[in-house]
Amino acid sequence: MSEADLAEGLRAQVREFLSQHDPATTERLEFVRARFDAGLAWVHYPVGLGGQGLPRIAQKVVDAEFAAAGAPTNRPERNGIGLGMAAPTILAFGDDEQRARWLKPLWTGEDIWCQLFSEPGAGSDLANLATRAVRDGDHWVVNGQKVWTSSAHIASRAMLVTRTDPDLPKHKGLTYFGVDMTSPGVEVRPLRQATGEAEFNEVFLTDVVIPDTDRIGEVGQGWQVATGTLMNERVALGAFALPREGGMIGFSAKTWREHPERRTAGLHDRLLRLWAAAEVSRLAGERLRQQLAAGQPGPEGSGAKLVYARLNQEIADLQLELLGGDGLRYSDWTMHRPDSADFYGRDSGYRYLRSKGNSIEGGTSEILRNIVAERVLGLPPEIRLDKDKPWKDLPR
Amino acid sequence: MTEVTRAADVTEQAEDAAAARSRLPDLTYTEAETDLRSAVRSVLEERATAAAVLARTETPDTYDIGLWRTLASQVGCAGLLIPEAHGGAGASFREAAVVCEEIGRAVAPVPFIGSAVIATAALLELGVADLLGQLAAGATTAALAVPFESVPMVRPEPTVRLAGPGASDQPGTYRLTGSVKGVADALPADWLIIPADGVPYGVYLVAADAEGVRRTPVTSLDMTRQLADLELDGVQARLLGAGPAAEKAVATALRAGAAMLAAEQLGLAERALDITLAYVKQRYQFARPVGSFQALKHRFADWWVAVTQARAASRYAAACLAADDPDMAVAVALAKSVCSDTAVLAGQEMIQLHGGIGFTWEHPAHLYLKRAKSSALALGTADRHRAALAALVNLPPA
Repeated sequence: MSEADLAEGLRAQVREFLSQHDPATTERLEFVRARFDAGLAWVHYPVGLGGQGLPRIAQKVVDAEFAAAGAPTNRPERNGIGLGMAAPTILAFGDDEQRARWLKPLWTGEDIWCQLFSEPGAGSDLANLATRAVRDGDHWVVNGQKVWTSSAHIASRAMLVTRTDPDLPKHKGLTYFGVDMTSPGVEVRPLRQATGEAEFNEVFLTDVVIPDTDRIGEVGQGWQVATGTLMNERVALGAFALPREGGMIGFSAKTWREHPERRTAGLHDRLLRLWAAAEVSRLAGERLRQQLAAGQPGPEGSGAKLVYARLNQEIADLQLELLGGDGLRYSDWTMHRPDSADFYGRDSGYRYLRSKGNSIEGGTSEILRNIVAERVLGLPPEIRLDKDKPWKDLPR
Repeated sequence: MTEVTRAADVTEQAEDAAAARSRLPDLTYTEAETDLRSAVRSVLEERATAAAVLARTETPDTYDIGLWRTLASQVGCAGLLIPEAHGGAGASFREAAVVCEEIGRAVAPVPFIGSAVIATAALLELGVADLLGQLAAGATTAALAVPFESVPMVRPEPTVRLAGPGASDQPGTYRLTGSVKGVADALPADWLIIPADGVPYGVYLVAADAEGVRRTPVTSLDMTRQLADLELDGVQARLLGAGPAAEKAVATALRAGAAMLAAEQLGLAERALDITLAYVKQRYQFARPVGSFQALKHRFADWWVAVTQARAASRYAAACLAADDPDMAVAVALAKSVCSDTAVLAGQEMIQLHGGIGFTWEHPAHLYLKRAKSSALALGTADRHRAALAALVNLPPA
């Protein structure tokens, strides 16, 4: 079937669906549940799980059609981690029962997912994590501390990586779960960051009981499952090209145009360099998307993330200088707990501070350079002292 | 800190998919383009080895005309941009850019950009059918007689003027007098296309071996594209176009040249990276491949990222030229500024990351650095192109 035929067929399906579920009068949850059941949620997912097994690219046709009809949404902005990372992990590594149980409420937004990976002692070295899960018959008992968890305070379920065998080398003794965040022993505390906000949380797990039916993948397979989750994080970097000046550079271009009195030759040179770099990175992102349209995420996405982090920081830095005296003021140091990350939403001072996290979160720029060097360019891996030793014997 | 995701981006996808997506052309390579690349590469791998290119820079014939004839006739490079009606291949700047990338990879001494891009673009604009046919066949080459450092956005001030007709000249005969310094790809050219002042201001055609033409080879920073100084003393010329049409032809030709030079710079940067990578994987110091040291790995990662960015800019410029897109001027300014910086970075890194051997005459690294730096100075520096961008996107200077 040609792409055009496919698109026309999907549009017809959406129109048929809309004729039976009036978007103006149907209650939102009822509407999105029905949309899932009709296989019009994420059409690249399998039949019976909200999709039709179609190419990923077909999704935009469906989304555009629903948007044009003013249909209620599944509020994806509240569940970015669930939709972007948990769902593909469940699809790839979950069993049939888990897929049937978890994917629908995840897509409809009834279940918000968060990600319990990093720990105070396991940042870049994620496989060093220490949260213990001990088996007790048909369930597991978990103790430990997780950190940098966005959305934990609104999440009902989490992707959790634990250590189940400390006697094995660190990558081999891990097991992955989909844990119920309302379980007794799960405590979520806000983690305040340099911006003054608490966009993240710390999560303390004390004797949390997880049924074995919530284990994702085999016992000891946790590292492979976690790696699969993180692959999806790097491609989550926007599925569509923003328009020109659609990113952070737009603020600086606007300030430049509106304030001739603040212009200097030095700032002009910096602005032009950054404008060109931002525009080229937009083009490079689109090129990457075109390459990936049919294929799987690869390590090339690490390059896009490196550029993105550096540019955001440099542009946010320039922006404060373009503001002059106004750059000395800050909007609000009160601790808020937003439901999702917002890199652009507040003022220039916020963006200046928030962008400092861009080169740390989702893989530090240093780790990403290692990934590019080793996996794209084939350079020798870092010398590892921890690979074959039992985890419990590693220095820490 | 692995937990943060791009929630804002997910929002965009769902809420605003259609609105947020601005339409961009295909920035990848088509199958036909990849086939063309293979054909060009296989010729260059055999005929433009690093040793051969280096050796030729020390001979009187710095251009490899034999190699050019092979590329022209076997692969059809000469007439890529020329319509089939004039005997060309009727391809576009997308294909021409691929050829430029390959020539840049090999730092090959062939007049592709000067003849098959810049001179051809000028002749296409002026509709000079007879000469286009000759160029398409690959039998002759031409060069636009402007200094290689000419900036596409600025009308080159002609340094040649119309001279009075000779005593025995027929009416309508034109004669040119003057000089042009530092012209690229003029040394092997059969024809010189010369912008000249006078009434009319125009673009004229002169046979390179005509009486009164003197071409002096320049000791150039980049001897893989040796420049020539031209002197014309009452040389008989044919008027190809006059007035605004002539000015437009020159501007169009230089813009096409800048875009294709950017593609050449991309190829150069990519090959410099390949060669250097291969070296650090097999060069041992401290009982380890030097490429295993993180200080070097991170430099390679940044270099590779720069090449990915340059590739996007270069592909966009080629696609815009091919489609006559209104964003062409922005695209060319972006590509030439970014690819110039990337090529020079690549030349520098190639030498540094090779260590001592990279600084020797026998190693080709210096050829890459010299071609990179020369091409960065040519057809508008990065700075000039950013200044052009400032005007195009409404970011006026202080």
